[in-house]
Amino acid sequence: MPVPTTVKSKKPPGAGLKVAKPASKKKDEEEGVDQGDGWDEWAQGKALIKPPDQLELTEEELKEEFTKILTANNPHAPQNIARYSFKERSYKPISSVDQMAVHFVLEGNLIHVDSEEARRQRARQDQTDEKPAAEAEAEPDEEIPENPVIEETSEIVDAAAAEDAEEAEVLGEEERPDSVEAQIGKKEQKVTNQFNFSERASQTLNNPLRERSCQTEPPPRCNFSATANQWVIYDAYLEELEKQEKNKDKQKTFSAKKEEDKLKKNKMVTETQSDDVTKVVKVVKIFERMVNQNTFDDIAQDFKYFEDASDEFREQEGTLLPLWKFQYDKAKRLSVTALCWNKSYQDLFAVGMGSYDFSKQGHGMLLLYTLKNSTCPEFVYPTSSGIMCLHIHDRLSHLVAVGFYDGCVAVFDLKAEEGGAAQPAFKSTAKAGKHTDPVWQVRWQNDDMDNNHNFYSISSDGRVVSWTLIKNELVFSDVIKLSLEGALPECLEVVEQPSVACGTSFDFHPKIDFLFLVGTEEGKIHKCSKAYSSQFLETYQAHNMAVDAVKWNQFHPKVFLSCSSDWTVKIWDHTIRTPMFTFDLNSAVGDVAWSPYSSTVFAAVTTDGKVHVFDLSINKYEAICQQPVVAKKKTKLTHIEFNPIHPIIVVGDDRGYVTCFKLSPNLRKKPKEKKGQEVPKGPEVEEAKMEKLLSLLREPDYNSV
Amino acid sequence: MAETGEGKKEEADYKRLHSFPLIRHTDMAEEMRVETMELCVTACEKFATNNESAAKMIKESMDKKFGSSWHVVIGEGFGFEVTHEVKNLLYMFFGGSLAVCVWKCS
Repeated sequence: MPVPTTVKSKKPPGAGLKVAKPASKKKDEEEGVDQGDGWDEWAQGKALIKPPDQLELTEEELKEEFTKILTANNPHAPQNIARYSFKERSYKPISSVDQMAVHFVLEGNLIHVDSEEARRQRARQDQTDEKPAAEAEAEPDEEIPENPVIEETSEIVDAAAAEDAEEAEVLGEEERPDSVEAQIGKKEQKVTNQFNFSERASQTLNNPLRERSCQTEPPPRCNFSATANQWVIYDAYLEELEKQEKNKDKQKTFSAKKEEDKLKKNKMVTETQSDDVTKVVKVVKIFERMVNQNTFDDIAQDFKYFEDASDEFREQEGTLLPLWKFQYDKAKRLSVTALCWNKSYQDLFAVGMGSYDFSKQGHGMLLLYTLKNSTCPEFVYPTSSGIMCLHIHDRLSHLVAVGFYDGCVAVFDLKAEEGGAAQPAFKSTAKAGKHTDPVWQVRWQNDDMDNNHNFYSISSDGRVVSWTLIKNELVFSDVIKLSLEGALPECLEVVEQPSVACGTSFDFHPKIDFLFLVGTEEGKIHKCSKAYSSQFLETYQAHNMAVDAVKWNQFHPKVFLSCSSDWTVKIWDHTIRTPMFTFDLNSAVGDVAWSPYSSTVFAAVTTDGKVHVFDLSINKYEAICQQPVVAKKKTKLTHIEFNPIHPIIVVGDDRGYVTCFKLSPNLRKKPKEKKGQEVPKGPEVEEAKMEKLLSLLREPDYNSV
Repeated sequence: MAETGEGKKEEADYKRLHSFPLIRHTDMAEEMRVETMELCVTACEKFATNNESAAKMIKESMDKKFGSSWHVVIGEGFGFEVTHEVKNLLYMFFGGSLAVCVWKCS
């Protein structure tokens, strides 16, 4: 609203504003006084300071009064405005000049309640919030439009103008019942001027929230459940009491138990130690055999099926077909000193490794090979002394008797667990009658009266000793002592010490239990009896050098075979002191063996590396097969053994190799079958076959006698 | 066993023989087990006729000694399945007719 009054004075325009308010309140009459006061106050501090150019006035002049009249006319307003009037077609002065001067204008951001715009806005608001509207209707008195002024808000609009307008109403307003004001005012929103209203707000960035926590693992828990009742409790107590009773008993036998426990523990330890290996041993063994079967498939086929076809055209001669060759790296420098087939497992044979050379004695080794695995022995027993001989028990095929170069005899038990297997189950000691010279042959005998196993051994010290396995020791008893002249009487033993003969081989009669032959180093063969320790039944002047082997024929009870380093093999009838046959093989004969399938077939090995196979029924003078079987010329063959079932032989040499040969058909010839005639078989036939041969030879003797 | 005369004698025997504490199941450490067992025996002997007081005593003592949240059940016949903190359970019989189960679970 424009200011209705203007103050005409010399004061600056700013002061006018300041004065304007009180002036409007107190009306025009008081204006002068007010003004004067204002001046006085303002001039107080500087009363004496006068501008230099101030007019000097006299008293009179000062007291002179000037009258000034304040009008509502604007002094700046033009008073002589002329406008062209089209009606009268002339310029005319305009009488009414606008006297209003506007000093200050501020556009409000709110609208007066009574204004059209405010009303419209309110109407719109009512529509949107019907609820409040409904409430309002409940009290009809409160009707908003009827209230001319609702707020003090309008105060802000234009201070001076509002003041004027309201002057009269202020009282009324205040007297107005608060109820409407208070009730509505709260929910009444200010009506905004939409063209000049801005809400100012600024939003600051909220600091991001961060969560930090840590969780520990709860202590582990578990469930437990049980039922307690009288009978459960009773049973538990009874059980406990029983246990206590037992403990008492135990304490009585505590000392004894303790030792047992210790033993058990020890056992457990050894068991657990070997456990990791033993688990796979069997599997590995099977695999090894499978691999070998694949690698040596051709040999296995030969072994089973190959028959030398050329034999048919050769009439009498036969050949040997080499099959597997066995060797063991750790026994490379040793020579084969003994061979023996296992009677129960026909694929298994034992090989004794040692040395015949006096200057090269050292360790020995007992190996057991199977034909199913030619690359590696099934069992290996290293020994401190060289092995000279061995024999596998006929029935208890896990027992192997072994004779050593140092005079010991021992028994190995193949059943024993791997851990303790390196040591023999039994071993003779110096105290218990061990030989003083190399043991040349050992042989199992039938169990004695008390069912103890026993075997015999022969050594260069001239003793034949019987060993009996009792509990865990070997008990010895001398069977015979050899002498040059004959069996040595006990009492003369000491005196005639030098005359002791050296035994090198022996063999027990297969049928007559007490009868056995002993071959000696000086070439004699003694026929002895277990019953007489002091006497020989017979002595044969057999050879000129050491007798390397004597063997009874397995069919004919009277016939035996001997071989010697003097190049000869001789066949004897033990009732006759001269040999029935003599064969010269042109080299020292290492070993000789009867075949298990024919009474007239035997084989010998010589140091020149040849195998000689004889069949007396075919050729009485020459070998039907004479075949060198060694790779190197100087290799000497040492031993030969026939497999008890299969037509194969194993031959050992002094380089540690054992070779397996298959006999060709001619070497195991059966008597020719005649048509319509059944071929007789069996030991009787074999015996008769031999007898027939012998009878031819004996006749001249009988005639001569 | 059936005869009354012998039955009485048996009963006396039973009472005498079965008075010792018999630990049925526990996973406690040796030291703790012994202590707990002795505590149970003491409590059961002290409150021979009031299992509730005995249980309360055991529980409070255990809370003091081994940290809180122990639970104790004492009775002549009950079944239970509880979750306990490992190494904190003892289930024992005592006096021939009482079963005591003490466990910790918080």
